[in-house]
Amino acid sequence: METRLRMVLPDHELVRLYEQMFLSREFEEHCAEQYAKGNITGFLHLYSGQEAVAVGATAGLHKDDYILSAYREHAQAIVRGADPKRVMAELFGKATGLCKGKGGSMHLFDPALNFMGGYAIVGGQFPISVGLAFSSKYRNEDRITACFFGDGAVNQGTFHESLNWAQLWELPVLFICENNFYGIGTEVHRSSALASIHRRTCGYDIPSEKVDGMDVIAVYKAVKYAAEKVREIGRPLFIEATTYRFRGHSMSDPGKYRSAAEHELWKSRDPLPNYAKRLLDEGIATREALDAVEARCRASVEEAVAFAEESPWPEDSEVWEDIYV
Amino acid sequence: MSEMTYRDAINLALKEEMRHDPSVVVWGEDVALYEGSFKVTRGLLAEFGEERVKDTPISENTIIGVAVGAAMGGVRPVAELMTVNFALLAMDQIVNHMTKIHYMFGGQAVVPMTIRMPGGGGSQLGAQHSQSLETFFMHCPGMRVLYPSTPADAKGLLKSAIRDNNPVIFLEHELLYNSKGEVPADPEYLVPIGKAEVKRPGEQVTIVAYARMTVLALQAAEELAGEGISCEVVDLRSLAPLDDDTILASVRKTGRAVVVEECWRTCGLGAEIASRIFENCFDVLLAPVRRVSGLDVPMPYSRKIEKICIPQKETIVQAVREVTSGGF
Repeated sequence: METRLRMVLPDHELVRLYEQMFLSREFEEHCAEQYAKGNITGFLHLYSGQEAVAVGATAGLHKDDYILSAYREHAQAIVRGADPKRVMAELFGKATGLCKGKGGSMHLFDPALNFMGGYAIVGGQFPISVGLAFSSKYRNEDRITACFFGDGAVNQGTFHESLNWAQLWELPVLFICENNFYGIGTEVHRSSALASIHRRTCGYDIPSEKVDGMDVIAVYKAVKYAAEKVREIGRPLFIEATTYRFRGHSMSDPGKYRSAAEHELWKSRDPLPNYAKRLLDEGIATREALDAVEARCRASVEEAVAFAEESPWPEDSEVWEDIYV
Repeated sequence: MSEMTYRDAINLALKEEMRHDPSVVVWGEDVALYEGSFKVTRGLLAEFGEERVKDTPISENTIIGVAVGAAMGGVRPVAELMTVNFALLAMDQIVNHMTKIHYMFGGQAVVPMTIRMPGGGGSQLGAQHSQSLETFFMHCPGMRVLYPSTPADAKGLLKSAIRDNNPVIFLEHELLYNSKGEVPADPEYLVPIGKAEVKRPGEQVTIVAYARMTVLALQAAEELAGEGISCEVVDLRSLAPLDDDTILASVRKTGRAVVVEECWRTCGLGAEIASRIFENCFDVLLAPVRRVSGLDVPMPYSRKIEKICIPQKETIVQAVREVTSGGF
């Protein structure tokens, strides 16, 4: 039986989760449009379909906690509080971007939000997350590090090295695997001898849990509980959230390796309409209220696109800045 | 001033910096309880405790990656890789992460960390433990690369490295650990990063060298002085950034240059330095710039043939004779 929403969070926070998921989806769909227009270039990996993971998980963390992710991280940055205008400007390669146009889609970073980066080498963020957790412990800071990664990252050496290390040094890391079942075009059972990813942590004695990553409330509850537990015991825990990306790996991927039937099945589990229905059914929000939320998100993303379009390009001299401190 | 070994000078620099700044931590394979496979970290665990001096698993890429994260979080790690050869397992964190984070995040993150690595050949350790990989690091923007030749420079440069807010590669030559020299006792003795030093002034030819090659170059210069050839020996100390001013000023004075490198010749640092000399000093050159290099081969084990793969005093002497002979 599904949890009644009011057992979990107050009404306005429940609606806020919907707003964040809708904003994320809207942002990504606008990115696709801007990519088609040639305003966004390079690699572009969209998050549509996976919103419940970023939104539920971020809601379960403290503002002081560090968050790191891979390269499908627009939503994680925005949900954390990054200004959609500056994120869009970064994707356009403009000087007003989050990283002055030098990072791009895959390298968002906002230290004021403790959003410690999108990393584009698969598995690169594992040891860096462990190191940030070390710094928190060493400096007696009350924060944990949430390390997001995909199913494709679990066969990198850094995955195993970092799980071992975090447990060995007793460091507060919450590992969150976003299992969307495909590493580009390779399905998880074709790359992992043990495809049930959360069970792979037993070699490091790290407790783990699997959660429905299409259900924002389920993700929130799992991450909230695990994050507080990591904070309390000062050791790593592991969550596997099963989810699905509605688009290809990147804009150059038509996604032909997935069947239409599979796609339809997951579309029927789309976290946005399903969660909206729960909000309506349980009387948390009216349709009019949700319409207003959606309109606000659309306006925000349109404003972000306009801001990115109008923003200046970086100066040529910028190439020589930030190589050294 | 007191006389001490290169090893003890590095050890002293680590201790002084750990006393100076509580955010400095040291970790690596066997650095704590075992006190380092070359005993460079002797006494650190006893003085600073296990919160600051930490043994790690044999996970080189993660040794560096954890240091990167810790540095981003406000700690100042000094990570030891047991030898430079093992850095190849960590090149993803070194090249793709450590040197990119400050830049690709628009200057919003800093990575103040040092990687210490013994390196170099000549101990009959075979092909996988005798490499000189300094050029690999020099090629990549975003990090400093230091390689001292004397105990005093070792102390002063390592202290500068630890205090620097950039990632620094600090190379130590395995055959210099027992070499001795005078080392300033001053805990504020710092050797600036990016400054070469003229270790021996001379008039007719500039020998550019670094680390153990500087020691051999000084021996060669001494021998050549007996033949009436006056050599100026420039010790690079910093491989990145290179101190063009000191190198080029010396060549402008002497008109001749020999670059000595322990690394492989092809695309080695000697090629880079020779190129800078040609680009900037062509008008004063009296002879082509010569390179004395490690041979482009994997290192063999047998001492008879290992020796010919590494520059020796004799090969430096021969190169200097050639550039100063009448043919040019």
